[in-house]
Amino acid sequence: MDGMAPFERWFDICELSDIPVRGSRRLEKDGMKIAIFRTSDDRVFAVENRCAHKGGPLSEGIVHDCAVTCPLHNWVYDLSTGKAQGGDEGQIRTFPAEVRDGGRVHLRLAMAS
Amino acid sequence: MSREKLVIIGAGMAAGRFLEHLLDANPDAYDITLFNAEPRGTYNRIMLSPVLSGEKSYEEIVTHTDDWYAEQGITCRFGERIISVDRANKTVLGEKGIVAYDKLVIATGSSPFIIPMPGHDLSGVLAYRDLEDTNGMIDACQPGAKAVVIGGGLLGLEAAAGLRLRGMDVTVLHLMPTLMERQLDPSAGYLLEKELADRGIEIRTGANSKEIYGDGKVEGIRLEDGTDIPANLIVMAVGIRPSIAIAKEAGLDVGRGILVDCKMKTSDPSIYSVGECVEFEGNCYGLVAPLFDQAKVLANALIAEADDTDFVHSETATKLKVTGVDLFSAGDFADGEGRDEIVFRDPARGIYKRLVLEGDKLVGAVLYGETADGAWFFDKIKKGEEIGAEDRATLIFGQSYAGGSPLDPMAAVAALPDEAEICGCNGISKGQITQAIDEKGLSDVEGVRACTKASGSCGTCTGLVESLLAWKLGDAFAAPAKNAVCGCTELGHDEVRRLIVSQRLKSVPAVMQELSWKTSCGCAKCRPALNYYLLASWPGEYVDDNQSRFINERVHANIQKDGTYSVVPRAWGGVTTAAELRAVADVVDKYDIPMVKYTGGQRIDMLGVKKEDLPGVWADLNEAGMVSGHAYGKSLRTVKTCVGSEWCRVGTQDSTGLGIKLEKLMWGSWTPHKVKLAVSGCPRNCAEATCKDIGVVCVDSGYQIHIAGAAGMEVRATDHLTTVTTEEEAIEMCAAVLQAYREQGFYLERIYKWTARIGGAEKVHELIVDDVENRKALFERFKYAQQFSQDDPWAERASGKVDAHEFKTLELVE
Repeated sequence: MDGMAPFERWFDICELSDIPVRGSRRLEKDGMKIAIFRTSDDRVFAVENRCAHKGGPLSEGIVHDCAVTCPLHNWVYDLSTGKAQGGDEGQIRTFPAEVRDGGRVHLRLAMAS
Repeated sequence: MSREKLVIIGAGMAAGRFLEHLLDANPDAYDITLFNAEPRGTYNRIMLSPVLSGEKSYEEIVTHTDDWYAEQGITCRFGERIISVDRANKTVLGEKGIVAYDKLVIATGSSPFIIPMPGHDLSGVLAYRDLEDTNGMIDACQPGAKAVVIGGGLLGLEAAAGLRLRGMDVTVLHLMPTLMERQLDPSAGYLLEKELADRGIEIRTGANSKEIYGDGKVEGIRLEDGTDIPANLIVMAVGIRPSIAIAKEAGLDVGRGILVDCKMKTSDPSIYSVGECVEFEGNCYGLVAPLFDQAKVLANALIAEADDTDFVHSETATKLKVTGVDLFSAGDFADGEGRDEIVFRDPARGIYKRLVLEGDKLVGAVLYGETADGAWFFDKIKKGEEIGAEDRATLIFGQSYAGGSPLDPMAAVAALPDEAEICGCNGISKGQITQAIDEKGLSDVEGVRACTKASGSCGTCTGLVESLLAWKLGDAFAAPAKNAVCGCTELGHDEVRRLIVSQRLKSVPAVMQELSWKTSCGCAKCRPALNYYLLASWPGEYVDDNQSRFINERVHANIQKDGTYSVVPRAWGGVTTAAELRAVADVVDKYDIPMVKYTGGQRIDMLGVKKEDLPGVWADLNEAGMVSGHAYGKSLRTVKTCVGSEWCRVGTQDSTGLGIKLEKLMWGSWTPHKVKLAVSGCPRNCAEATCKDIGVVCVDSGYQIHIAGAAGMEVRATDHLTTVTTEEEAIEMCAAVLQAYREQGFYLERIYKWTARIGGAEKVHELIVDDVENRKALFERFKYAQQFSQDDPWAERASGKVDAHEFKTLELVE
């Protein structure tokens, strides 16, 4: 995966209510582990489920505002940009995510390779 | 040469301040005896309102501790009343005997005025004057209980707001048509009334009370117009009277108060008086600033060489200490001939400002909703500064407009003249503070407070002092290094814990809203702490917020570096069976668990379990009777034991049995940090009980209870708390310690740190060993809370009914 997949499309993933408020769900696509988050104001974000620091599973972290804190060593990521905050430097991959009418969560991912 | 004997009657704020000045000037001048009718020394009476509302504790408002008096060599006779003064023989007669004086200071203060209406002596009718009154009110605060406060002045409204914050239904009865009519004009009084009504306080102005009724205890109050208001508590806050009985009986000249000259001397040259009991040129004083002036004058008068100051009457400004209400008034703001007023209103923001001018001088100011310019206006009133026609046009917009400088607090303090008063209570000017900063190298508010007293009394000028420090020191001023919970709040753990209880906050959003969190939903630091505090404060009521828990507690297993989990079932007292071991072996095979290890706490750890497999692993372990060991939680971990008297040839008691009983009692309990126990069967201590949070060492005669050990980053042997004779007592003692820690500990503070913070094992001894009633109450509260925490979290999740989403990944349908 080099992040430059040739063709992407939107996938219908789940109901918004399948993800707890300030919680997350996990998803795997072609070996890529993805974490989908729902914030307290019902926005959804999807990022690669792997902390840039030591590979911790971000899906297991505490969600606050538009950010998640990694459960292993407390790195904090802005979910909209994938950038590590505070004194830490790192970037994780983000995927476009939306709640479409009817409350279905959609993700934009590469087509099957 | 023997020293002159100085006797002081009364240890209120004026007496406390007087003593400081006197001892500063000459610590050896007098042999001092201090009487106080209250069974304690000086505390900051102004701050009783925050104690009532739960925003501060009594300990925080003590200004002079027992240690301080001891260091100064003062003989304290607290809790002892003075019966009479014999001026001819220069002695005072206390309840416990006669003391001779060369100089006598009468600082008897004032007493609250109790309206002598029928029923005023019923139980449940209180004044609002001292700590006893405050505690009486706090005790009366039951949810749904009703309080009536008589008097809508400063004190009455502070009492009403405090009682309301503690969850009572509060009605204020005020004789006059508007609140605080002596300090506020009707418009500001109206805004205040509206604000208080919004907080759920019922205000009845023009209310004339007729009688209090009840059978032995207050049941309600009747008004002249026939209205009947039920009440469990009635607080009278209608004013104070100087306490002059002792002086009068001794034949001193008195009016409303004890008459003094400008050196605070009474009509007897050996007797002085200071504080609220004093009358000077027709004035009596109830606010603290002039009393502190008196204290200084008196100290100087008693040290001959320093006697160069006179007491002069001066204006005082008023501030109301109700959190969230900004109100300031100073000077004289009555309408009158030759007086003009300038008024500014912004109804949407609830702001009202009114300045009263006489000729070209500012004589009064009332500010409501925005009081930042209070000190600036007050300065102009006191100095009688002339206001030019041009300045007059913009005067109401305050200092920042007048100076043309931007609206930032630092520029505002920078623009103040050196004589401008910063601390009204203590009469400390900007110049005095900046001088102290320069000369003493001060760098924080505490330093300024210690050297100048500024911000040490009511505390409302703390922000101004901080701005002054920032302005003087620039970057060298470290912003208040308060132990805030996290970046989302200014409040420390202690304040948050106390406010959750006193304001009856029962959810994370309620805490964040009411305590003004700066972020919309907290962070990974504060949310778990708040979740714990709420859980510990409201057992059975608060619904655990799973999303505010760290992953380990959310999924009841320990996350490992590769994202897999470890599983540790409980082994009660470290004991297992063949059936359990067989079940563990089967689970390890079935789920292909890569590693099995014994923990340091006598249990089995299965490492490398995939998250999806957790419910299956738990179901199989449950089948064999095993439950969660909470090895992942800020909760009770293990109770390690040795084999004790059942097997060991030197064992003195059944340590294994006691360990199992303790574990069965305490398992499932959430705590500020992890808690580990151990029980050793004899002093050889094979279970290593003396480095645990709570340890029991059995001896022939009973059970030694040890607390506050540590064997991690820090290593610390326990302190011996006490020794008890029966197993039941040992269990009660351990559980009481655990509950006290649950109620007082800061999140992520181990028992040894909590103990150190509250005053060491001696303090725990006082709370739990000496105070039998408290111990029993703690034990009962622990057992009550445990009713709600002993469901096995593994079984709940293995059933698939709880948090199923955690253990399933989403499927992608293409």
